[in-house]
Amino acid sequence: MTVTTTPLAAAAASPAARTLKLWRLEGFPLIPVLILLLIAFVAVFADFLAPYDPQIGSLARRFRPPAWEAGGSMAHLLGTDHVGRDVLSRLIFGARVSMVVGLTAVLVAGGIGTLLGILSGYLGGWVDQVIMRVTDAWLALPALTFAIFLAAIVGPSELNIIVILGGVYWTRYARVVRGEVLSLKQREFVRLAVVAGCSKWLIMRRHILPNVLNSAIVLATLMLGVVIVTEASLSFLGVGVPPPKPAWGLMMADGKKGLMVGYWWLTVFPGICIMLMVLSANLLGDWLRVKLDPQLRQL
Amino acid sequence: MANKLLSLENVSAHYVSQQGTRVVRAVDEVTLSLDAGETLGIVGESGSGKSTLALTILRLLPKAARIVGGRIMFEGEDLVDKPAAEMRRVRGKRIAMILQDPMASLNPLFTIGDQVGEPLRVHEGASRSSAWQRAIDLIKSVRIASPQTRVAQFPHEMSGGMRQRIVGAIGMSCEPRLLIADEPTTSLDLTIQAQYLDLLRELQRTHGLALIFITHNLGIVAKMCDQLAVMYAGRVVEQGPVSRVFSQPLHPYTKALLGSIPRMTEEREQLTAIDGQPPDLANLPAGCSFAARCPAAFARCQVEAPPDFTVEPGRSARCWLAAPTVHASIDQTIPLSRSAAS
Amino acid sequence: MKQFIVRRVGYSLLSLFLLSVTIFLFVRVTGDPTTLLVEPGASPEDIENMRHQFGLDQPLWVQYWLFATSFVTGDLGQSFYYRTPVLELYFQRLPNSLQLAAVAMVLSLLIGIPSGILAAVRVGGFWDSAGKTFSLLGLSLPQFWVGLVLILFFSVYLGWLPSSGSGGILHLLMPAFTLGWYFAAAHMRLTRSSMLEVLDSEYVKLARLKGLPEALVIGKHALKNALIPVITLAGINLVVMINVAVVVETVFAWPGIGRLLYEGITFRDFPVVQCVVVLGGSMIIVVNLLVDILYAYIDPRIRLES
Ligand SMILES: Nc1ncnc2c1ncn2[C@@H]1O[C@H](COP(=O)(O)OP(=O)(O)OP(=O)(O)O)[C@@H](O)[C@H]1O
Ligand code: SF4
Ligand SMILES: [Mg+2]
Repeated sequence: MTVTTTPLAAAAASPAARTLKLWRLEGFPLIPVLILLLIAFVAVFADFLAPYDPQIGSLARRFRPPAWEAGGSMAHLLGTDHVGRDVLSRLIFGARVSMVVGLTAVLVAGGIGTLLGILSGYLGGWVDQVIMRVTDAWLALPALTFAIFLAAIVGPSELNIIVILGGVYWTRYARVVRGEVLSLKQREFVRLAVVAGCSKWLIMRRHILPNVLNSAIVLATLMLGVVIVTEASLSFLGVGVPPPKPAWGLMMADGKKGLMVGYWWLTVFPGICIMLMVLSANLLGDWLRVKLDPQLRQL
Repeated sequence: MANKLLSLENVSAHYVSQQGTRVVRAVDEVTLSLDAGETLGIVGESGSGKSTLALTILRLLPKAARIVGGRIMFEGEDLVDKPAAEMRRVRGKRIAMILQDPMASLNPLFTIGDQVGEPLRVHEGASRSSAWQRAIDLIKSVRIASPQTRVAQFPHEMSGGMRQRIVGAIGMSCEPRLLIADEPTTSLDLTIQAQYLDLLRELQRTHGLALIFITHNLGIVAKMCDQLAVMYAGRVVEQGPVSRVFSQPLHPYTKALLGSIPRMTEEREQLTAIDGQPPDLANLPAGCSFAARCPAAFARCQVEAPPDFTVEPGRSARCWLAAPTVHASIDQTIPLSRSAAS
Repeated sequence: MKQFIVRRVGYSLLSLFLLSVTIFLFVRVTGDPTTLLVEPGASPEDIENMRHQFGLDQPLWVQYWLFATSFVTGDLGQSFYYRTPVLELYFQRLPNSLQLAAVAMVLSLLIGIPSGILAAVRVGGFWDSAGKTFSLLGLSLPQFWVGLVLILFFSVYLGWLPSSGSGGILHLLMPAFTLGWYFAAAHMRLTRSSMLEVLDSEYVKLARLKGLPEALVIGKHALKNALIPVITLAGINLVVMINVAVVVETVFAWPGIGRLLYEGITFRDFPVVQCVVVLGGSMIIVVNLLVDILYAYIDPRIRLES
């Protein structure tokens, strides 16, 4: 009888090394992150990158196809639209619109939702009842329909869209954060803080908030994709970012008219941009969810 | 050996984590055997590998687990390399098993009659109506009143004790040669527990089947079993006839168990009465796996795992103290490589 | 059970109330609702009449009362554009939406359930990854993008399918697939996770211990249990589909409720917008209520815990 070590067991590294390995590369969505960084870069430096003014075109040069198609030229790499504006330049500035609207709307939604979720979960009682009943009622409305309704009331503008999206999406945040807070409340360190006589506000700020941030970040990343799709949909329907601003959704709505006569580049390119951005955000969000917050896995 | 109903020879089954970096030796080099009509008790702490051993015999381990070695001889055939389709015909027909949580073992959406008759339909090709008839008989045989109405009911319409009997009836439906019962009574209260044990014994007598009874409860072993195997950290550390093991335990772990022997009237979870924790099965110590908790441990135990010493026919223990030449071996020099391994 | 139903109905009524308050407040707080609810170009007297009719000269709660009663009595106002009661318009369009939703639902279940089962049975394998990709795309791709790509391919390039309008089943295919993909993804994910849970259950283990063939274990014992939550979700989603098809119906010019909503916004026809939103929300609250009650009938544990 001897003590043997199988090769499999020998392969087991120290726990610390394993954790490191997990963090480093396992499933890290490298390409999605690069895409998001690229879009962010383009958004920031749009003024330097875009070859033309995105809002001014010349009718003499309308419906130019992309450079590699017959009749296209290197002057307009991705062609021109129905009023002769350069598609590439509009895409570049459209990245700015998507990034600004997406990020700020997520921030607004996350801010409201986290705040109300913490209040609801920690204070309980009637505060909880009121917040949760409103949340339930609002969740009954499909997000897009709700957003359309609000946009129809306040009228379209970039700022309004941000406020509307924030107002529509905070409910999802509040739900998740509340659940998290309820379980945190049972944890030792929170109970100790209560026993030590810390005030409610202090506990919420110092003990609860930092601990729900993980979930909030994961949700924000997943929400980024959703918000961008909704913004694009609103713009597509004509109640989002008002023309002539170059929003990707708006470009697709404009381009739709040309689709049947073969002006495919007007819809396909903005479509690809939206698709890449949303997919990237979702892939990153999925990865973060598994890494940062195993409890959210089933979301 | 040849006339044994079931014999396991050096059977090992391991759970391997997805990355392949963590290997849990849940069943390690287990050698056991059982005659027809005999009852073997398997005891051991939670996590010692009892359920895994049972599922190994039936080749129904979870995806993460695999049998890494050994032979499982049943009625003269090796189950380990039986094709999957043939193995399926062994399950339920020749070897049946009652699960650890019989309360959850019945499918909530099908009638009792359907579930009891199912093995008959797949193994014996019984028609729907004859399977139904025999289901009624089986339900009667586990002493459930008015089987005619019960057979058409759904699981939620029955009490826990009844559901347990139904699961027993399913096990008996094809008159298997061997029934494995994995802690079938833990979720029952004591009166019903005793009744159920009586029922199992009666079924065993009338059908002449062999029984493997997995339990935490040495009181039940005393009452039910002929043979006893004690498991610790994935290994069988001692085995033999119940009376011999009880009267003269060889392994310090068995002694400790018997020292904390529960009455039938006491609560479960008695086997944790020994101080300390069992080792991590993915990271076993180099020496005897019980060494950290063993009151009788000595130097050699820390560095070299004891083999299975056969003390008398059908009786063995994995402990240096059971070695025939124990005193001679203590002073043996320990090879360098082994001390390095620890 | 009775107690459960009463409480659950109370809940739904509360939700309806809060929803109507929300909508009421949004319309009032953001300015003078007459500008939204009175046709552009109306005379000053008309506007004054309207203000009086809405009770804008009265306290807020009286206004809410007027607003709520008009809804309960089915008076949702007149469409500026079509000059007919909006409720009438709504019910004209509803059958089309139902048709689209029904076909989309069938597609989503036909795709979602088998692929979810396959993904669960082969968890970690090729089909699981394929299913994951499919559902990720379904949940990520904007519907107008999917719709336009389909049009580009099947109508413009191949010329097989009509790009817009209503008529035969051919008109329905692309819109139904576009709408259904998102839901197919949701149904697939739920089928997969529910199936995984059931496959892990004791009764599936016992079914295997009985020696049943794997096809019977999965097709009989696991599937029936795993499908219960999926069918529940599908029930709710059918109603959701009716109410979220605005983008799809716009892309394919399908004359349903979503298209009505789109017309409402492009023609600045606010009564129409309000009607679609209010009825949509109410419909979803009601179907949630029905599903909960039905569930409580099936599963007695729910009644006890809530
Ligand atoms: N699916 C699994 N993956 C990895 N390890 C597992 C798995 N199932 C069981 N194990 C490990 O295998 C060992 C044996 O488990 P097993 O269920 O066989 O113990 P047991 O003796 O039946 O315990 P109990 O008395 O609690 O039923 C345990 O250490 C357990 O952690
Ligand atoms: S081998 Fe040593 S440590 Fe192990 S049980 Fe026997 S005496 Fe104890
Ligand atoms: Mg067990």
